[in-house]
Amino acid sequence: MKRTRNGRGMPMLHYAARRSVLAVLVAAGVVVLTYLIAWVVPSDPAGVWAGPRASAAERARVRAQLGVDRPVAEQIVRYVAGVLRGDWGLSVRTHRPVLTDLLTLLPNTLQMVLAGLAIGVVVGIPAGLAAVRWHGRAPDVLVRTGALLSASIPTFWLALLLQTLFASRLGLLPIAGSHDRAVLAAHPVTTVTGLPLLDAVLTGNGAAAADLFDHLLLPALVVASYPAAVIARMVRASLLDAVGEPHIQMVRSLGFPERAVLGRFALRLAWNPVLQLLALIFGYSLVSTFLVEAVFDYPGLGRYAADAVSSLDVPAVVGVTLLVALLYLAANLAVDLAQAALDPRVTLR
Amino acid sequence: MAAGSGPRRGRTVLILVTAGVLLVLVVALLAPVLAPYPADATGTTDTARILRPPSSTHWFGTDELGRDVFSRVLYGARVGPLVAVVVVAVSLLLGTTVGLVAGYFGGWIDEVFMRVTDVFLAVPALLLALALATVLAPGPTGLTVALTVTWWPWYARLVRGETASVTGRPYTEACRALGLGHRRTLIRHVLPNASTPLLVQASTDVGGVLLATSALSFLGLGPQPPTPDWGLMVEQSQNYFTTQWWLGTFPGLAIMVVAALFFLLGDVLRDRLDPRYTPRVRP
Repeated sequence: MKRTRNGRGMPMLHYAARRSVLAVLVAAGVVVLTYLIAWVVPSDPAGVWAGPRASAAERARVRAQLGVDRPVAEQIVRYVAGVLRGDWGLSVRTHRPVLTDLLTLLPNTLQMVLAGLAIGVVVGIPAGLAAVRWHGRAPDVLVRTGALLSASIPTFWLALLLQTLFASRLGLLPIAGSHDRAVLAAHPVTTVTGLPLLDAVLTGNGAAAADLFDHLLLPALVVASYPAAVIARMVRASLLDAVGEPHIQMVRSLGFPERAVLGRFALRLAWNPVLQLLALIFGYSLVSTFLVEAVFDYPGLGRYAADAVSSLDVPAVVGVTLLVALLYLAANLAVDLAQAALDPRVTLR
Repeated sequence: MAAGSGPRRGRTVLILVTAGVLLVLVVALLAPVLAPYPADATGTTDTARILRPPSSTHWFGTDELGRDVFSRVLYGARVGPLVAVVVVAVSLLLGTTVGLVAGYFGGWIDEVFMRVTDVFLAVPALLLALALATVLAPGPTGLTVALTVTWWPWYARLVRGETASVTGRPYTEACRALGLGHRRTLIRHVLPNASTPLLVQASTDVGGVLLATSALSFLGLGPQPPTPDWGLMVEQSQNYFTTQWWLGTFPGLAIMVVAALFFLLGDVLRDRLDPRYTPRVRP
């Protein structure tokens, strides 16, 4: 409806098609890049695969089996074809297909990132608003200092601090893991969306939801620290810009209270940048779950990647990289398209 | 965001932040002189003083091998921050060169370079660095290479944009018409346009790269024990965190303070030199 009213039906389609094609090309580039990391950068990938004690004949057999004795171009074509078929290689450590491993762990990580981003929005927007409302005074200084510190704090260290304080010392929350096995055995979660906590809530499974929530709370808070900081800064900066705009001055001169000027009129201008910012920090937040999961022993992509790193499991590390990059590309494409469709000010190029 | 209202307050903050950055530099250079127990930075052990809490003799306590944590934290200023500065410097050099060439000559060179940077920027930086560092041998060199490969494309984009916008303007045409070579035109007349945003971005990035390198160290991809690297020290303190809090608290605090200093420096420079430039969000 809106598209026709804006008169951007055809241009919008063109724009969507163009952006999607570009995203697919970049994704293809990412696949090639991951291939280079896995098989071209290491001096002797077959040697790693066969192990240090393999004989020369054994190594030659492995080289032929992996196809690394073929020309690089041919190897890339075979790798890309494999990725498209869903064959992301075998994990050296778990001996299972990498893609299967990744897809089982993805929901836990996704749930952590989404929870972290949600906390970031819920904390960051009011903080930014408060900083503008009391610009230059104590709340503003507090928000700016807080944002600086929570952007500078090392993720893994914050995770350790919170774990020690709230779990080990105070015993308020579980120390590690994603759930209590006994609770979930007594109250099994029916799969709806695939995200365990959301499913438990949707199906009214209170006991499981409470348990999953307790396990997720600290990790999500750690993931939220950077998003909260950048969102607060961004809301503050764009509102300070907006307050000078004629239409906001107008609202103010009409006698609306300052609360309404900021909350009802100025904040509306900040929604678009916030959405775009969320898509941009989605990638960073996904990777920061890696460190958080390593500390909280939370079964997700991150702990899988950390384990893969420590056992030099190249196919697994590359698989994680590829999956996260694809998710990140998809999120950014989705936000761009949504904004182009909804916001008439976006130029379609 | 750091500089308060009024130019005077901005200047005070700038002086304080610069002093802080210089202090880090001094600590890194003079660590052997400043550290009360310089030998503890390496593999020495002293079973007589294991896991002592902070006291007047050991300000930050001692670790599980009896080493003075304060001395090790001071020496740590030579590891993580050095990696961060080297990564940013090399990335700047590489990215600036690519950006200048792409923006100035345009055409297919530009297309190829920019499509390559598209691919790099599509992968979260920390993740790409993690994958590369795993494949290269774990250690400070591998870590530095991995982070540099990840960080240069953004500078290339920045410089390319500025370059493309001034190339073809009368003054650059004049440079050429007066007989200046491409190289001289680029370095003396085109590059200065990009220097302010580059400076702002680079100082912010030193903080960002310090956090990234510490994170990779924490995962075991950086310097190996007994190197007094802050990230590695936090990693090794994990088992003692509940009872011997001082082992991991101080190195983590050091990372945070130094990262915050460089973020602040970026903010202050931005406010003073180029308020319109928004540094990119963490990649």
